[in-house]
Amino acid sequence: MELLVASAIGILTAAGLYLVLRLRTFPVILGMSLLTYAVNVFLFASGRLVMGAPPILTDATVYTDPLPQALVLTAIVISFGMTAVVVMIALGAYLGSNDDHVDDPVDETPNPEDAA
Amino acid sequence: MSHWIILPIVLPAILAPFIVLAARYHIGIQRVFSVVGVLALIVIAVSLAWQTSDGTIILYQLGDWAAPFGIVLVGDRLSTLMVLLTAVLALFVLLYAIGSGWDDRGRHFHALFQFQLMGIMGAFLTGDLFNLFVFFEVLLIASYGLMIHAGGNARLRAGVQYVLFNLIGSTLFLFALGSIYAQTGTLNMADLAARAQMIGADETVGIRVAAVLLLLVFAIKAALVPLHFWLPSSYAEAPAPVAALFAIMTKVGAYAIIRVFTMAFPPDLEVTAGLHGLWLMPAALISLAIGMIGVLGAKKLDRLVTFSVIGSMGMVMVAISLFTPEGIAAAVYYIVHSTLAAASLFLIVDLVRTGRAHVDLTVARPVVGGALTAGLFFAAAIAMAGLPPLSGFVGKLMVLEASYPSSMMPLIWTVVLGSSLIAIVGFGRAGSVVFWKAHDSDTPEDAEAEADVARPAILSYVAVGGLLSLLIAHTVFAGQVHTYTTVMSRQLFAPEPYISKVLETPGKMSKPTEGY
Repeated sequence: MELLVASAIGILTAAGLYLVLRLRTFPVILGMSLLTYAVNVFLFASGRLVMGAPPILTDATVYTDPLPQALVLTAIVISFGMTAVVVMIALGAYLGSNDDHVDDPVDETPNPEDAA
Repeated sequence: MSHWIILPIVLPAILAPFIVLAARYHIGIQRVFSVVGVLALIVIAVSLAWQTSDGTIILYQLGDWAAPFGIVLVGDRLSTLMVLLTAVLALFVLLYAIGSGWDDRGRHFHALFQFQLMGIMGAFLTGDLFNLFVFFEVLLIASYGLMIHAGGNARLRAGVQYVLFNLIGSTLFLFALGSIYAQTGTLNMADLAARAQMIGADETVGIRVAAVLLLLVFAIKAALVPLHFWLPSSYAEAPAPVAALFAIMTKVGAYAIIRVFTMAFPPDLEVTAGLHGLWLMPAALISLAIGMIGVLGAKKLDRLVTFSVIGSMGMVMVAISLFTPEGIAAAVYYIVHSTLAAASLFLIVDLVRTGRAHVDLTVARPVVGGALTAGLFFAAAIAMAGLPPLSGFVGKLMVLEASYPSSMMPLIWTVVLGSSLIAIVGFGRAGSVVFWKAHDSDTPEDAEAEADVARPAILSYVAVGGLLSLLIAHTVFAGQVHTYTTVMSRQLFAPEPYISKVLETPGKMSKPTEGY
């Protein structure tokens, strides 16, 4: 169980980081999504992994920490909204300039030293 | 329990949807509501600052749930001062946006502006780390909309970079919060401070990782080198009033560092000792140097101002990373100065753009409305570069004085004084190219540009003049302000009243036996 969750977080983070470092917006946004999945699982695991226990205080002694679940819910909603926003802005930028590179455009003002 | 403290968050949160729903097509009504809202915010902020000025700590338990189970808002001297600064800055920025007509060049400016204020106020007032994350997201998502207000390809592209960088920052923030929760089982700042002291000296790995991650997140917000890459192009491409409002956003990062790293992870805490001094001070010094070198190297006036923002954040962080009461006092004084100076510079750049059609640092026709604009630029540049007689100079003196006992004092003094010199040269070069050499030029491009220029509106000048007169007041009353920030930083370094107020105020608790 621990191994499964830990390696899932690790693989998602590694793949996400690799994609985030790409040049074009589409892979970067995909990478962002993978990173947010990774962080959601990570948040979930931060309350310790317990199987088959209710997430509320009951008379039983075993229970799952409910707080990380609330945190994950908030994080999912926020990251979902943010991804939608970035897709819209990236689409606007791509359709406007017909170029979907993330980095700054090359400076178009000619450098006087280059001409000499 | 007084409800004043939640008003800075609730008021914009109600106004913004109201503006969207009821006044969508009436820019006049939007302007009235927006200005009245900000004026009310100033009144509330003054009252909050007044209530906390004697050292009172205001606690507001949402839903009356006791901390650390419920979310709390906490007002002390530092947070209410930042709230007041935000409200005052927002008023002048809003006046400029109305005067220059920026708010009418796209849709929903005023609604997004109010949401932005809600996020900033919430970030300053919250006493809970996860709630801080939520308010960061509120202010960020509003800032994404404001950043691309009025559209344009260059702005959209800069917007993509800005959004992506901040999304990565948010993800890091969540990783940091997860690690903190896993280590301590709490996200309430006061509770965290109490529990961090209980961690044994041999179990420091997890909490150290968490503290460093948190520091990284706040450093991204504060645009500390090498995490500053998002700032220059996004601030330069953002609409001028938006960039001026963003001057407070880098300070949110600085505020969060002061708050968390004086209370939860203070410098004398054994488990996280040595984390700040090792990294923060060199990074701050490099930020200061790179920012001011950028001022000298910039090819455009808007880029120049963005680099001066990085430089002045470097100065703030130098003062913070001393982590002494004197250092924090100087830092808070400099935060107020740097916010006002940066905001007025961004607005002045827009005055130049209105009167000149572009902001390249090349010789072009004289700026329309030149004398007044040039005078304002001169004053703001003096403030930003830290020349006497304005508050930049006073603030720099405070930082130098606070760093005198430090072991790194020779290095700090060298970088601070050297970077000031570079900044003076940079601002002097820009000002003379834009305003003095202008009369030598008579090229054909200038004739083409003539159609685009206009004299800026009177209200725009009023807004910039208002910000600069605040800077002058900040200089004249420097003694009083510094006394106040000194008392404030003593309060920050003695957090026991804060912690006991938050943790020991009774509130509702869940009672499982009665619940079902």
